[in-house]
Amino acid sequence: MDLNTVTEVVRRPSERPGTDWREGDAWLAGGTWLYSTEQPDLRRLIDLTALDWEPLVLTDEGLEIGATCTVRDLYAFPWPEDRTPGSLFRASCEAFLSSFKVWNAATVGGNICLSLPAGPMITLTVALEARYELWAADGSVRFVDALDFVTGDHRNVLAPGELLRRVTIPEHALRRRTAHRRFSLTRLGRSTVFLVGTRRPHASQLFLTVTAGTTRPVRIAFDSLPDARALRQSIEAVPADVWFADPNGTPDHRRHLTRHFAAEICRELTAGDPP
Amino acid sequence: MWLDGAPVHSCITPAFRADGREVTTIEGLGRPGALHPVQRRFAQAPGFQCGFCTAGMIMTAAAFTEDQKEDLPRALKGNLCRCTGYRAIEDAVKGVGAVETAVPGKAVGRSVGAPAALDVVTGRAEFTMDTQIDGMLHLKVLHSPHAHARIVSVDKSAALAVPGVHRVYTWEDVPRRRFTTAIHTDHLVDPDDTYILDDTVRFAGQRVAAVLADTVGAAEEGCRRLAVEYEVLPAVFDPEAAMADGAPPLHGSPDPFVRDPVHNILLELHSHIGDVDAGFAAADVIHEGTYSSPRVQHAHLETHGSIAWIQDGRLNVRTSSQSPPIAKVKLEYLFGLRPDRLRVFCARVGGGFGGKQEVISEDLVALATLDTGRPTCLEYTREEEFTTASPRHPMTLTVKLGAKADGTLTAVQVRNVSNTGAYGNHGGETVYAGGAAVMIYRCPNKKYDAYSVYTNTVPSGALRGYGMTQPAFAVESAMDELARALHIDPLELRRRNIVRPGEPLLALHDGPDDVIFTEDGLARCIDLVEDALARTADRPPPGPEWLVGTGVASSLHETAPPTEHLSEAWVTLGDDLVYEVCVGTVEFGEGTSTAHVQIAADQLGTTPSRIRLVQSDTDRTGFDTGAFASAGLFVAGNAVLRAAGAVRDRILRFAAARTGVHVVLCTMDDDAVLCGDRRVPLAELVALARTGGIRFTAARKAYGSPRSVTSNTQGFRVAVHRVTGEIRILYSVQAADAGVIVNPAQVRGQVEGGVAQGIGFALTENHHLDAGGVMVNPTLRNYRIPAYADVPRTEVLLVDSGDSVGPMRSKGMAECCINPVAPALANAVHDATGVRFRALPLTPERVYGRLPAERPVPTG
Repeated sequence: MDLNTVTEVVRRPSERPGTDWREGDAWLAGGTWLYSTEQPDLRRLIDLTALDWEPLVLTDEGLEIGATCTVRDLYAFPWPEDRTPGSLFRASCEAFLSSFKVWNAATVGGNICLSLPAGPMITLTVALEARYELWAADGSVRFVDALDFVTGDHRNVLAPGELLRRVTIPEHALRRRTAHRRFSLTRLGRSTVFLVGTRRPHASQLFLTVTAGTTRPVRIAFDSLPDARALRQSIEAVPADVWFADPNGTPDHRRHLTRHFAAEICRELTAGDPP
Repeated sequence: MWLDGAPVHSCITPAFRADGREVTTIEGLGRPGALHPVQRRFAQAPGFQCGFCTAGMIMTAAAFTEDQKEDLPRALKGNLCRCTGYRAIEDAVKGVGAVETAVPGKAVGRSVGAPAALDVVTGRAEFTMDTQIDGMLHLKVLHSPHAHARIVSVDKSAALAVPGVHRVYTWEDVPRRRFTTAIHTDHLVDPDDTYILDDTVRFAGQRVAAVLADTVGAAEEGCRRLAVEYEVLPAVFDPEAAMADGAPPLHGSPDPFVRDPVHNILLELHSHIGDVDAGFAAADVIHEGTYSSPRVQHAHLETHGSIAWIQDGRLNVRTSSQSPPIAKVKLEYLFGLRPDRLRVFCARVGGGFGGKQEVISEDLVALATLDTGRPTCLEYTREEEFTTASPRHPMTLTVKLGAKADGTLTAVQVRNVSNTGAYGNHGGETVYAGGAAVMIYRCPNKKYDAYSVYTNTVPSGALRGYGMTQPAFAVESAMDELARALHIDPLELRRRNIVRPGEPLLALHDGPDDVIFTEDGLARCIDLVEDALARTADRPPPGPEWLVGTGVASSLHETAPPTEHLSEAWVTLGDDLVYEVCVGTVEFGEGTSTAHVQIAADQLGTTPSRIRLVQSDTDRTGFDTGAFASAGLFVAGNAVLRAAGAVRDRILRFAAARTGVHVVLCTMDDDAVLCGDRRVPLAELVALARTGGIRFTAARKAYGSPRSVTSNTQGFRVAVHRVTGEIRILYSVQAADAGVIVNPAQVRGQVEGGVAQGIGFALTENHHLDAGGVMVNPTLRNYRIPAYADVPRTEVLLVDSGDSVGPMRSKGMAECCINPVAPALANAVHDATGVRFRALPLTPERVYGRLPAERPVPTG
């Protein structure tokens, strides 16, 4: 839609764009959310896509995703055969409510910084133990764990003028076995719950990442493979106010679905183990 | 649109990103005479009804890879269609065509294409806002944040100081005339309880002020700068609470239409035929249950909007309406205008479903244009549609049925409490219409009590099914429960009790009626659905955690509204040898234009290519009550039939006189008249007539009386996931009695679209209010109308009947197809799970908690 209060776009920002930040600014990446709803508090947009950040770099240390990498590029990334979670990347893209047309513009960083409970790029990067590189307005750089970035519905740790520059997924996470489950109230709708389990090959440590059903991502870590009771107790231990209420789900249903799908994920990740 | 060949949504693409890149829109993809293959397929399928989504559908589909064509649920996630139910769109994408040609005089019964098809698929069809007028001003509305408040003051000064703002209108600036926004020929069937702008707001979202400015942006800024002081009043949202002693009264007015303003009762109906107490006393089994249907929105893809300007001293209003003639009458009344001082017309309208049977945008543009002399525009946002435009009435119905052991009904009693919201538009007529749900069954003892109640919520209005959909959910669910109590198959119970030809149609009173009903269409619908469900019974469930069941429901519907409905058609043979058919009916996807052309072509012995339709313009067409209640075919179609027939007779008489061949030996033959053995070209007759000062032209009127009945039966097989509560439709079938079929592809499309909309209302759409009565989810991303992936294919089975008094014995189909959908679903879910859901919608989070924890796996 027309953003009638926005009177200026910085189309060629400096390499460290935070230095110009002022109140009423917003970072513009794909724009697919910014332009989808009224933004009466905004006066100026700063176009980060003009900085041409490298979208995807696979190294021996892991995968670096530039914050302005489009969902289309992420979906199309040619995964080497020895990296396991290619299907999780694709499933996370497919978890968007939006279609492939939006993927042509929407970015990984934009989805993370929007910080909605159902943001699938949050699910993906938390599940794969990513670290986010943040650039503050004063030029300083800090790193936060993906798990700690989103603090609530549409809330995160970014300070005014701070931006997400890069997401790094460590090499070891790319070699984990993964299993995921997603549920939405309509067939291909916005996530009611989106759960990912990861397991180190030949080890018993298991991470369960719970998103969409919770106001912020929740990771439940098991040093050994949990039995049904341990799994249920760990989900019951999630504070009641973390379960999310919105038109895409109720807290009770989300907790119920989480119990159900967590058990399925554990079964899938332990399939083939010696009894 | 495409940017450098890649499809994107233009509305969320910053315009500067198009700089230096190639932009392709529907107009650039192809044009008439040089269509892109995908445009041709959408015309041939036909893959559209109103056509508002078509540009997006075509631009998306034309960019598909082969893989995407194989995965349409995902590939079409970003394209919503509210009309078709998506089967026709799938056909278009895959190149399956249904459009047929017709030989002269044989258009009825053929799936000829819509007159506007080429314009729709090439982007040339103009919708309401597809125009530009120099110097046009824009209106934006400030909406009330409170559900009930008195406006103490509005300080306009800061708003008027915004550059570009011309005017701020409040209640002090509008004619103090109460009216009803509801569109009916007889304005007295709705209460006059609404001002254009009022000093009291009665729902969150109601207009407080309107700002007129050079740009939308300046008008929005003006709204933000208005300082409004409110005296907040107590609010009531539930109709039972609103009727209780001590509830805050919404309308203190002494309007005689309002039955009980102290208890917020707009209208009460109490009808009693026979003696229900005696009927229940005679029953072997009694079932009683309370059923509720929530507020749902039309979500027509084109929002409401109007543009007004002055031309030659007259007010012109271009609007998105289902009835320009009634909109015109209301503007005449509100602004004291002589009828010849204004014109109201529609371009193509992007969906209606009853939502545009209201005057809710024309009044403000007329106000501003009459005030300033400048062209003005008001276009609703999607959010305004949800928060301020008239949704379906929430209704709660208590149904009590008594029956003998053999299933014979002994008593039917219904209590209906309807929430009309803050205003009474359609509040009365919808509860009268609800009587149809008790009409469908033969029973000597019937009681119907209904209350239409004001509450501090968005005013309800007309929506496909008009007051019958909610009672159909209640009565058809109750019949299913009764069947189970009696251990009788639900279809068999219906078969034993439905009204049959020759029996009176009794709903609210036992007296004379104007309904002609001589064939047993409903019984045949029931038979067809029973066969179809049996034929498909062996399809496997999706998996071991799914519970499978079937459900059915029926409905019966009169083919025109009981209130006055009339239409006038004019037919003229022009010098270009094309017949001009002028009729007021608006086209918004219901397909009446195609049907009118077919009817005229048949009457005139020609093909649709020789008919030019002029429609929905009060300067160029006669009066037409409006395209609603399926009257566009039944009433306006009769007017077209008669006018075309009159022109034909005039031509034949003229030809007979010229040739000396008796008129009974003269027949129309496309571009000529056959007079015995001689073929006289129309060109010759027209030229001759002109020299004699004669024109081949005629006008005819038609009325919505007498009426016929149309009926249908819906069957579903569903699977319910035992853990998640997800409902999947495995099979959907609807049998319908549409009389003689004018256009098979269109009838199928209407039924499929109605079923899809019904599925949305039953399964996915949920209008959430917060404690203050403010809608929580006024966006299409959170109010989920069905997408491609959500809609199953529906098998459409047609009963052919010949008892209609409609044109060519046809019956309108667009309305009633929705009524049996929700109860058939709820009945199927009950059959699958053993759990009865008496409140819609059946969303997973409402379903899962009531499912049995464990259920033995069925065997055998």
